[in-house]
Parts: sequence; C-alpha cells; structure tokens
Amino acid sequence: MTAILGNTGRVTLNALYAAATVCVMMVETVNWLVVQPLRGKGFRIRSCVEHFVEFGANSLPIVGMICFLIGVIMAMQSAYTLEKWGAAILIADLVGISALRELAPLMTAILITGRNGSAITAEIGTMKVAEEIDALNVMGLNPTKYLVVPKFVGMLLAVPCVTMLAMVIMIAGGFVTSVFLVGVDARAYFEETAKAIVYKDLVSGLVKSVFFALVIVWVGVFRGFQVEGGAEGVGKMTTSSVVTSIFLIIVVDLVWTALFFRQ
Amino acid sequence: MSDSDVYIEVKDLVVKYGDRKVLDGVTFNVKRGEVFVILGGSGSGKSTLLRNLVGLMRPTSGSIRINGKDFTGMDDEHRTDVRKKMGMCFQGSALFNSMTIGDNVALPLREHTRLEASTIDIMTRIKLELVGLGGFEDYLPSELSGGMKKRAGLARAMAMDPEIIFYDEPSAGLDPIVGAGLDSLIRKMQHTFNLTSVVVTHEMESVKLIADTVCMLHKGKVVGLGSLDEVQRTRHPFIQQFFARQPDEEGGDPEAYVSALTS
Repeated sequence: MTAILGNTGRVTLNALYAAATVCVMMVETVNWLVVQPLRGKGFRIRSCVEHFVEFGANSLPIVGMICFLIGVIMAMQSAYTLEKWGAAILIADLVGISALRELAPLMTAILITGRNGSAITAEIGTMKVAEEIDALNVMGLNPTKYLVVPKFVGMLLAVPCVTMLAMVIMIAGGFVTSVFLVGVDARAYFEETAKAIVYKDLVSGLVKSVFFALVIVWVGVFRGFQVEGGAEGVGKMTTSSVVTSIFLIIVVDLVWTALFFRQ
Repeated sequence: MSDSDVYIEVKDLVVKYGDRKVLDGVTFNVKRGEVFVILGGSGSGKSTLLRNLVGLMRPTSGSIRINGKDFTGMDDEHRTDVRKKMGMCFQGSALFNSMTIGDNVALPLREHTRLEASTIDIMTRIKLELVGLGGFEDYLPSELSGGMKKRAGLARAMAMDPEIIFYDEPSAGLDPIVGAGLDSLIRKMQHTFNLTSVVVTHEMESVKLIADTVCMLHKGKVVGLGSLDEVQRTRHPFIQQFFARQPDEEGGDPEAYVSALTS
C-alpha cells in the first residue's frame, strides 16, 4: 500500500515538474521569439528557414508517399462495403472528409515526429552530453535563442504546410484507386469530392496540425534537455521523445475532434 | 595588495546538492595575470567550483566578485556582458560538432560583434595560428585528434580577446607529450596577453610547470592555498597523501567513497 502511494506521489511530482519545466521553456521561447528581438537582441532568421526546409521540404517525399498509399488503401477498403450498396461514388466523400479532418494531419504529425522530433532530441541531448550547451552559456549565447527558437518557428510553419499537401495527395490516392480500380467516373468523383468537403473540414485539420507541431517541438526539445549521462542517455530519451510525442498527438487529436464534433 | 590586482574574489562559497555540502566556505582571491591552479582529487568539488566561477551554477550562499563586480547576484543580461570577457576550455573541448573549426572560433565574434565577415575571417585565422592550428579552418571537429580539439577549444575561448580563461582538466586524456604542449600553451597565453588563467586539474606534472598559485580542495574545503612550495609544506594529512601519491586505506570512510563515486 505504501509502495503504491509512494509511486503515485512520485509519478505525480514528476509530471508536475515536467509541466513546470515546459512552461518555463515556453516563456523563454516567447521571450526570445518576440520580446528580445524587439529590443534589438537579434533573431536567427536564417536558421529558422533552414529548419523549415529540413522539417518541411525534406519530409515531403516520405509524407507524400505514405499519404498517397493511405488514400489508396482507404478507397479500396471502403469500396468493399460501399460497392455492395451501389454507392461506390461515396468513396469520394469518405476519403475526402477523413483525409482533411483526420488522417492527413495525423499521418503527417506522426511521420515528422519520427523523422524530426527524434532528431531534435538527439541533437540537443548529444550537445548536452558533450558540454556544448554549457559552452553556449559560457560564451554568452542563449541556448533558447540559439537552439530552440529556430526549431520552434521551423516546425510551426512546416507541419501545417506539409499537412495541406498531404491532404491533396491523400485525396489523389483515393481518386486514382476509385477511377482505375473500382471504376468510378473520374468527373463524377471529382464533383462528389468538391461537394463533400467544406471549408470547416480544412480548418479543423489545420488547427489540429498546428497543435501537433507544438507537441512535436516541445517534446523533442524537453526530452533533449533531459538527457543525462552518455550515449545511452541520448538513445533512451530519443525513444522516449517519440513515444511521448505520438501519445500526446493522439490525445490532442481526440480533444480537437471532440471540440469539432457535429460542428 | 591593492583591489585592482584582484581579478576574482571568492568569499564563503557554499554549494549544496540536496543536503550534501559540495563546497563548504571556500574563500580565495585570484590575482590579475596569474595562473591559478585548483587542485583536488575526484569528488573534492573542484568541478562544481569551476561551474560556479563561470556562472553555470549559482551557489547556495557566499559571493563571487569578478573584476570588482558581484557576479553571483547579477541578472542574466549583465552576466552575458561579464562572460564576453571570459573564455573557457572544456574537458572534452565541447566544440560544436556540426560546424567547422573556423566557424566554431568565429561564432562568438559573429554573435557578439558587428565586425565584417572578412575581419572575422582574419581574426579566426590569427587565433588558430596562435594555438598552432593554422590552416585547419575547414576541418570538422571529428577530423581532429584529442589534443588538436583542445587547442581548437582554446582558440575559440580566445576569440573574444578575454581577460580570463578557465581550463577544465586541460591535459586529461592526452599523452604526456601533447599534455606538456598544452601546458606550455597555457603559459604562452598568460605571458603574451597577460591573461589571468584558472586551471582545474589533478595532474601534478602540469601543476609544477604552470602554477603561480595553488588552491588545494578536499571534501569541499580549501586545505592549502599559496605557491606550490607553500602548499607542499602544509602538514594537512590529505595534502601529504596527495603529493606522495598514497592510496586511501582499505575500508576507509564509506561515505567518502560513495560521494567520490557519485560526484
């Protein structure tokens, strides 16, 4: 009994500590993103662009490929049921709506977590182990300004951009399958998609993707700064970064889906 | 001794990790232009002392005055100004692995000054020549040997023309010849630029070569302070043991053993 209580206490304390640390990090980031640049302390715009390219443009091939395949799979799976009712044309509604509201933002976020969330943790963790973070501090260079802000800006811009392209690609996957495999008329499919998806679907998907981006970058950075010890610590925290990030992405997804439910 | 001769003034410095006192009432002065060696065994608190001197940690109580200004009570912005006059050589060199040697040395200049790129290039080359690494600007840290990395770290610490340099275990992990080379480099820097140097080490050979003043730490307390001869003549049992290179008695103080393992 004491053990259970003790464990519960420890877990709660750790969670509270993590939340507090993340809050401090957020304040610091906004400080170096908005307040300090306005006071003439400089803003590393070049590094932001580099991170945007790395998180965004360089993720496109893999995200595009996977989202296309998911579009294909969804069309095939739904055709199995819908064809029985003679309603194959409704594949367009199903693929279109779920791509915009759910699957494109989710798949993009999960893939970018695996590609870049882990890389952020590994980079910061390795720098911490090699005393490079200390070196930045001693040189009077703020690690938040130097390491966190560019990743934050890059991620916040990259994830929604990639998500929008993923939406289009996923719908294209469904279109190709329906037209060439199921035998739906191309023009009818196009018109049905246009009729099915509304502006709100797009907004709902993009709002989600912004919050996913926040999760990926915060968890990545937080876990990176948590690294202790040597190479083993980096490995452990990198794994933990991906797991935490995907878990939180699903939770955030649930919250937003509930908020947009029947709206 | 007039006040202007003292560069660092440490008074009653106490640092606690939890309940454990790592530093206990440490007091000493570092004179301008001297090589001040902090000597001590593992777990003596010498690394903690160094981290406090460069501002990577804040002490539990006591004060550090650098160049007449209270460093412990300063806010981060003023600390950054003090740090621009400080250089630090890390034990593992802590070069930024993603950047070339030249970019590493140029980084503080690029971030803290408004010099033109061509001027920064020339200054970078001068600093690398100074440590005997002329022509290595375009190499990555991973392409250099351990001794060369430490030299490059010294060049980076020298980039902003500091008034003081801190060395953390400069000859640790190097063979005697390369280590001796680094010792003579420390002397050369001090002679040429009248640099104040604070060296943390446990290598007796290099202490004999470089030390003007030795500060001996044992279990968080200063047990000897003065020239090497003066310290060696002190009758403190630990000092006698340290210089005679005698092992601890078997089954000694278990608490000391644990603290030596964990620090």
